[in-house]
Amino acid sequence: MPPGVSLSDFYYILPELVLTGGALLVLIADVLLPKERRAALAWVTLLALGATAAALVPFANTHVEVAHGLLAVDRFSLFFKILFLLAAAITVLMSIRYLETEGAASPGEYYFLILCATLGMMIMAGGIDLITIMIGLETMAVSFYILAGYIKPNQRSNEAAVKYFLLGAFSLGILLYGMSLMYGLSGTTNLRVMASAFVGQEKDPRLMLAVILVVAGVGFKIAAVPFHMWAPDVYEGAPTPVTAFLSVGSKAASFAMLIRIFVEGMPSMSADWRLLFYVLSILTMTAGNIAAVTQSNVKRMLAYSSIAHAGYLLMGIVAGTARGITATLIYLMIYSFMQLGAFAVITLLRRKDVVGDELKDFSGLAFRNPFAAFAMLLFMLSLGGIPPTAGFMGKFWLFSAAIDAHYYGLAVIGVLNSAISLYYYVRIVVFMYLKKETSGSDPVITPALALVLGVTVMATLVLGVYPQLLFRVADVSARTLGVAGITAAIR
Amino acid sequence: MGSEALAFYAFGAVAIAASLLVIAQRNPIYSVLLLIASFGALSGLYVLLDAPFVAVIQIIVYAGAIMVLFLFVVMLLNAPHEETEYDERVHPLLRPGPMRFGACLALVLAIELWWALARGVDTGAFPGGAVTSVAVIGRSLFTDYAFAFEVTSILILVAMVGAVVLARRDDPRERRKPGER
Repeated sequence: MPPGVSLSDFYYILPELVLTGGALLVLIADVLLPKERRAALAWVTLLALGATAAALVPFANTHVEVAHGLLAVDRFSLFFKILFLLAAAITVLMSIRYLETEGAASPGEYYFLILCATLGMMIMAGGIDLITIMIGLETMAVSFYILAGYIKPNQRSNEAAVKYFLLGAFSLGILLYGMSLMYGLSGTTNLRVMASAFVGQEKDPRLMLAVILVVAGVGFKIAAVPFHMWAPDVYEGAPTPVTAFLSVGSKAASFAMLIRIFVEGMPSMSADWRLLFYVLSILTMTAGNIAAVTQSNVKRMLAYSSIAHAGYLLMGIVAGTARGITATLIYLMIYSFMQLGAFAVITLLRRKDVVGDELKDFSGLAFRNPFAAFAMLLFMLSLGGIPPTAGFMGKFWLFSAAIDAHYYGLAVIGVLNSAISLYYYVRIVVFMYLKKETSGSDPVITPALALVLGVTVMATLVLGVYPQLLFRVADVSARTLGVAGITAAIR
Repeated sequence: MGSEALAFYAFGAVAIAASLLVIAQRNPIYSVLLLIASFGALSGLYVLLDAPFVAVIQIIVYAGAIMVLFLFVVMLLNAPHEETEYDERVHPLLRPGPMRFGACLALVLAIELWWALARGVDTGAFPGGAVTSVAVIGRSLFTDYAFAFEVTSILILVAMVGAVVLARRDDPRERRKPGER
C-alpha cells in the first residue's frame, strides 16, 4: 500500500500549505500582538496572500493529479486560484478602515477566516474528487457564515449569518444527496473515473435525479433563481467587504465546482444538465434584473445584479463548448474587478455618521469626491456592459459563445436583460452626478482604498480595450479541462 | 438458541420498546433520552450485522452529537410538556397538520417494510462486508484520503474559531460605538 501523502504531493500543494501557514500565523499573531498594534494584521494577511501567489509560480505549466487523485494541479485551477487571491487581497484592503469604523472587537479572527475561505475556494477549484470538493466548499461556507455575522451589535448582520447558515446547510444537504447518488451509481468519487462510468447510462432515471439534485445544490451556491432567496438579505446584512468577497469569491469558486462536476464528471449527461442550466439561466437573468430595478438599497441592488450575473455566466455553461467555458472564465475575472470596485465605493461611503449603502447616500458624490464617483460610474457602465469597459468584452464573449452553440434565443434574452439592467445602474450615476443634496461628513479615501479603486478601475479599463491576454489565459485554462473532447460527444 | 440470536432479540426488544416509549412520552426530555437508548440498541444490532463502523458512527453521531443537540434545544425552549391541541380520540390520519404528515410517513414505512419482507429473504451476506470494517476505513482515510482528512482539520479549526468569535462576550471597555443601525 502506498504511503498517504508522498513528498511530491507536498510540493504540489505548496500554495495551499503556504496559505494555511499564513492563516495560522495571523491567528497566533492576534494573541501575541498588543491591542494597539493589531492593525498590522491586515499586512500580515496580505503578505500571506502574496506568498501564496508566489508559490503558484512554479505550477504555471503543470498538469498533474496529486494526493491519490483528490486534487488536480492544472491551468484551470491556477486561473481560479489567481482570481481568489486577487479578490481576497482586495477584500483585505477594503476591510481595514471598515472594521475600525464598525468597531469590530478583533481583526485577527476576521483575517484568519478570510484566508481560510480562500483556502476552501482553492481546494474547490482544484478538486477532481467529490470528497475534496465537498470539504473545500464547507471550509469556504463555514468561514462565510461567521464572517457574515461578524459585526455582532448589528442585527442585520446577525440575521444575515443565521439565514446564510440555515439555507447553506439545507442546500448542502441537497447537494450531498445528489453526490451520494453519483457515487452510488458509479462506485467512485473521482470525477474523471466517474465520467467514463456514466457513459451509456444516460437514460437511467436515478442518474437524472442525481443531476437535478446537484444542479439545485450548486444553484444555491451561485444564487441562481429559484434558489436565490438567501442572497439579497445576506448581501445586505453582511459587512460590506464580506459581501464583496462573497459575491465574487464564493460565486467564482462555485462556478469552478460546477464546471468540474458537470464538464469533467458528467459529460455524457450533458443533454440533461445543459437543459436545466438553460432554464435556470433565463430565469436567473430575468428575475434578477427585474427585482433589482425596484431596490433603493445599493447593496441589495448589487445583490440582485449579482444574481442576474450568475444567469449571464450560466450561458457559457449552457453552450457547453470550450468557447463557452472560456467565456465564463473571462467574465468571472472581469466581473470580479467591477463588483469588488463597486463594493469598495460603498465601503468608502461608510463613515462614522453614515451607513452609506442607500441610494440617497450616493447623492452628490461627484462634487464631494470626484474620483470615487468616476470609479463608480465606470463600474456601473461595466456591469451594464457598455463599451469600452471590460464588462462589454465579457458579455460579448458570453453572448457570442451562446450564438456559436446555436442558442440564439438565449443570446437575445441576455441582450434584453442587459438593457433592463442599465436602468438601475444608470440610476446610481444620476444620483451621483445630477443630485446636489448631501448628508453627513465628506467621504475620505484612505491609501488602501485608493489602491483598491486604482487597481479595479485600471483592470476595468484595460481589460475593456486590451482583452487579448486575459482571453488567451482563459482559453488555455479552459482547454486543460479536456472540454474539446467533450464537445465532440455533445454534438 | 445461540448467544447471537439471544443478543439480537435483546437488542431488538430494547429498540422497539424504547422507540414506542419515545412517542408515548409527554415530556420531551424523556423522549430524547429514550431515543438515545433506542439508538444504542440499534447500534448493537449493527454489530451483529457485521457492520462495526456503522455501529460506532451510530453512537458517536446520532446518540452523541445529534441527540445532545436535541436535548439542548428542548432545554433551551424550556418545554417540559407538549401541548396537544387536537382531540386525542380522533384517528391519527384525521388529525390536523403535522400529525397527519407523520402518520402518512409511518404508513409509507410500514408498506415499505412489508414489501421488502415479502420480496424474499435470499439476500445473503452483505457484499461490502470487508469495506465496513473499521481497520479498512481507517487505512483508506489515512492513505487515499489523507489530503481530504487534513483539510477537514482546517475546517474544524474554522468552526472552532467561529464558535469563539460568535459566543465571545466583547469587553465593553474595548468596544467602540457600534454603527447606528
